[in-house]
Amino acid sequence: MTRLRWVPRLAAPAWLLVAVSGGAFLAALLVALGLFALYGLDPLSAGATVVERTLMDKRGFGEVIRKSIPLLLAGAGMALALRARFWNIGAEGQILAGAIAATAVALFVPLGWYTIPALYLAGFVAAGLYGLVPAYLKARLGVNEIITTLMFNYVAIYVVRWLINGPWRGRSLTGFSYTDRFDRATYLPLWEGTRVHIPTLVIGVAAALLITWLLRHTRLGFSIRVMGDGPDAARYAGIKLLPTTLALAALAAGVAGVAGAGEVAGIHHRLIEPTSVSMGYGYTAILVALLARRKAWATLITAPLLGWVFAAGDVIKVSLQLPFQITDVIIGVTLLLLVAAEPLLSYRPVWQRRGGSEDAPTTPETQTRPEVGS
Amino acid sequence: MPEANLAGAALPFLSTRGLTKRFPGVVATNGIDLDIMPGEVHALLGENGAGKTTLISMLYGLLQPDEGEIRVAGSAMRIRDPRHAMELGLGLVAQHFHLARRHTVAENLALGQRGAPFWRPTLQLRAKAGEIAERYGLDVSMDARVSSLSPGEQQRIEILKALMQGAKLLILDEPTSVLTPQEADALFEVVERMRADDRAVVFISHKLNEVQRVADRITVLRAGSVVGRLVRGEADSSQLASLMVGRQVASPQRLGVVSKQEPLLVVNDLWLRGARGVDALRGTTFSVRPGEVIGIAGVAGNGQSELAQVLAGLARPTSGSVKLGGLELGRLTPREVRAAGVAYIPEDRRTEGVVGAMSVMENLVLRQVRDPGFARGVLIDWRKAEEFAAKAVKEFDIRTPSLRTEARTLSGGNVQKIVLARELSGKPRLVVASHPTYGLDIGSTNHTHELLLAQRGRGAAVVVISEDLDELIKLADRVLVMFGGRVVGSMPVAEAATDEGVQRLGLLMAGSLEA
Amino acid sequence: MEFELLTTTIARALAFGTPLLLAALGEIVAERSGVVNLGMEGMMMLGAVAGFIAAQATGALLLGLAAAVVAGMLAAALHACLSVTLASNQYVSGLAITIGGVGLANLIGRDWVGRRLAEPMGFVTVPVLSDIPIIGPALFVDQYPLTYAALIIAPLIWLFMFRTRPGLTVRTVGESPAAADTAGISVRRVRFMAVVFGGALAGLAGSYFSLAYRPSWGENITNGLGWIALGLAILALWHPMRAIPAALLFGAFFTLSFRLQGVLPPELLTVLPYLVTVLALTLIALRGGRGAVGAPEALGTPYRRGER
Repeated sequence: MTRLRWVPRLAAPAWLLVAVSGGAFLAALLVALGLFALYGLDPLSAGATVVERTLMDKRGFGEVIRKSIPLLLAGAGMALALRARFWNIGAEGQILAGAIAATAVALFVPLGWYTIPALYLAGFVAAGLYGLVPAYLKARLGVNEIITTLMFNYVAIYVVRWLINGPWRGRSLTGFSYTDRFDRATYLPLWEGTRVHIPTLVIGVAAALLITWLLRHTRLGFSIRVMGDGPDAARYAGIKLLPTTLALAALAAGVAGVAGAGEVAGIHHRLIEPTSVSMGYGYTAILVALLARRKAWATLITAPLLGWVFAAGDVIKVSLQLPFQITDVIIGVTLLLLVAAEPLLSYRPVWQRRGGSEDAPTTPETQTRPEVGS
Repeated sequence: MPEANLAGAALPFLSTRGLTKRFPGVVATNGIDLDIMPGEVHALLGENGAGKTTLISMLYGLLQPDEGEIRVAGSAMRIRDPRHAMELGLGLVAQHFHLARRHTVAENLALGQRGAPFWRPTLQLRAKAGEIAERYGLDVSMDARVSSLSPGEQQRIEILKALMQGAKLLILDEPTSVLTPQEADALFEVVERMRADDRAVVFISHKLNEVQRVADRITVLRAGSVVGRLVRGEADSSQLASLMVGRQVASPQRLGVVSKQEPLLVVNDLWLRGARGVDALRGTTFSVRPGEVIGIAGVAGNGQSELAQVLAGLARPTSGSVKLGGLELGRLTPREVRAAGVAYIPEDRRTEGVVGAMSVMENLVLRQVRDPGFARGVLIDWRKAEEFAAKAVKEFDIRTPSLRTEARTLSGGNVQKIVLARELSGKPRLVVASHPTYGLDIGSTNHTHELLLAQRGRGAAVVVISEDLDELIKLADRVLVMFGGRVVGSMPVAEAATDEGVQRLGLLMAGSLEA
Repeated sequence: MEFELLTTTIARALAFGTPLLLAALGEIVAERSGVVNLGMEGMMMLGAVAGFIAAQATGALLLGLAAAVVAGMLAAALHACLSVTLASNQYVSGLAITIGGVGLANLIGRDWVGRRLAEPMGFVTVPVLSDIPIIGPALFVDQYPLTYAALIIAPLIWLFMFRTRPGLTVRTVGESPAAADTAGISVRRVRFMAVVFGGALAGLAGSYFSLAYRPSWGENITNGLGWIALGLAILALWHPMRAIPAALLFGAFFTLSFRLQGVLPPELLTVLPYLVTVLALTLIALRGGRGAVGAPEALGTPYRRGER
């Protein structure tokens, strides 16, 4: 009689990692199609409409890219943080911190040739500082960074609301609150016919590549990887935990801040209601990073995927007359499936004959791969 | 006190016949026959790896035997799990306590109680617990939080818990390893009272004086088999030690080098407070000359790991000094210690020695890749690293499909080669190797030994910590024994290789002698 | 007349604090068993929408409450399957449920946006007690029954946790699952039940909005209060009775932010709960977190037998 046992894996093979990420995403899309059906639409034609309006059409495709920009930046930053097992859930707030700083530059700093770079720089620095606090608490005191970064998201939201209702309130006469419109000189150049703000996109791609390069070729990157992959060996390897944690948190947060700067300078041209500046980009960035298996270069693939989901949501709302929230459901389902598939990556199924000797905690002594020369 | 004999008139409470357990690559216990009579204190004597832990795991339902049978009160049993074992009247006080630290004593006691009431379970318990505590001399305070108690007090709670669950046989696994001498005395008192109350105690230890003091009968285990059965009074220390440690494997007579140089490493009166608030190092003192190999013998848990950590810069001693060529190492970081010329081969090679998910190349430069040799400013020169790694792989014969292979997929021997290649390539002045061949096959073991001896040839001071006496005799010029956090004796290897020497080592390891 | 400000503030704080208290109690139970539940917000939303639809469709308030509880429990069961049964990452699982749950709830409730509940929960005034000067109007006049339910549930949970055997079991599973396992307790089963119970309370908390407070349906009706409940559990040091004053405090922040709008920017007060949480965590960490005060030791770590 044979029975199925689950044996710990040494390392999950690459094809499995891709399969799990891809599978989770596709399954979630299927769920969306199912939702279409529930609402009385023919899923295939509805799906076709979505694809057509988002990928075949210049403006629609532009929306996909546009939504991908903050996801790429925040996602790459998240991938960096996750490499050290630092769970930065605060990207949402860091995006807003960047937006605030960029707004300050746009509204209060005299304009010049330096304005646009200054916007980005301010966003990076402000968000980077914002991310340092939870990082310090974690590295020094062991305070759970998930809770602290989460709380900081809401602090940022309320700071923005305070600013646009209070000291930075614009002279608008409509019921909504926002700051004054920025001067034309701060507008980011757009891709013709779309709302894609090009400099931010370029920075985003550069960031993903830079982070990949950082992790592979710099001392800091090496320290980060050791912290994440071999925490027990980190001290032995001479890694200083506090400065490394602070540096990586500042970087990850800073990149998200750049996204925020891009959003206000490229799209909205004013500081507005925070949930319109970042409509879940920060949280979705977690999914972007997880789907990319924490590899920054892979976010160049997963960010557009999720950007497409966001853009599709708009099409769903406008063309299909269905609620935009379907995107949230897709994102939630994908995350759930990823989490559910985790055991598959840590264990593999083994058929064992009953009565065989039990495995001791398997030492790799017993699981060697054939090696050259042995 | 019941007369103890193997084919006695009284029925054993617990007995095993031919109990065998195999793991991949090793036979942990080999056909063990054991009888425990009610009301006797039965000692299981042996070193680590002798099979004691496996044996009691089987008795307590944590493991299932491959062959053999267990009988409880005459009936053959398959002990399914710890719960079942408890129902049968078996209790275990393990080396790691299973207490919820933030709960009170009363709450911990209430936890395992079958039949405890739904409402205010701790209330009713107090009377019962108080009565049992009184009877056996277990002094506990019901409302104290476990986290505020000393290890000795926590142990008492574990014992009380088992007694309250109606244990008729209590297994104590190395109980005095966390106790002060006074607490140990109190423990023996408790054991006495249990014996008087007709409860059996299986006392596992490697310490001769305790075993001789408290046991009615002694069973000596070695390499998974029973090598001796003795009765109280019949047991002579030397005899026991020899049985426990065994005769040494025939090896060519080595004349250790007696160096005339000044000591390079001087460890003086080292004290270290360990994780559980107990002093792990209690005044360790020794020295090593350049070109000398010191073997540190002793049963694990007597401070060897902590000593290695201090020498590597991973633990800061509470007091005392460690000097390498005059430089005080005690307050330095691991990086500085390494820069001072100390190579450290950690016990836990897979989690501490290498980063499993990183490549062979990255692991070969793990400790030095951020240093000026390989790094230019903030950047890492991977070309240099690759050159170094390729050379190291060749020189140290590391079998790997490529430099980019993840370290965790390699065999233990090759992982150790990575560690050795990395540590030894820096021309260290001191090499600290902690259980360097644990779990390795013969080939890798021999290779490791060659490398360590080569370091000696270079004039480095080498400290090897091992539980394998044969290994130490093969490598060392002098053998030291650690017991209770201190060096309790030393002898040149020529002496250690003789029968008398081995006996003396055994006695030292068992705490019976102080040199 | 100064008293009037005080009593109405307390009364409003109590009202605002009710859903916080309910959700926090659920979180406390789950976390005491060792499982972090970041899915509170999603469970609350699902409870709110389920309760609203059930009550609106059947006209029976009780059915609405029941539906809310069930919805919360189902979502929690999903979380428990992932984080307990499969021993996967608790944090991501909870986040996923919040993101998906909020989206799903908004999706389902879309057709009901703006509709008022036909038979909403009405106010209740406690006889006799409401006549006590000052305290009476503050606490016992014109509150929802759900509020009193919450005030009764809290001590009941306390009694359960600290005075009964199963409660001891739950706490042990969160502090030292190894000790519980050795004592023959099924760590998985206990955690699963604790999480589902937490979900039930979350659902109830959500129903407060759609059945009592608003009482209508609107998008994002719970408005991020699920996260505050998380912070509340921490501030209360995982103790059900301390959750009451903590909820009152947070509720006071909210009501005062309205009342003092002319004087202080409202955001200043509404941001306090989040900052207070961070502060509480920092102080706990400074105290070493090892004494009587601190998170359950095994919080956030999936339990696999043999791993210590």
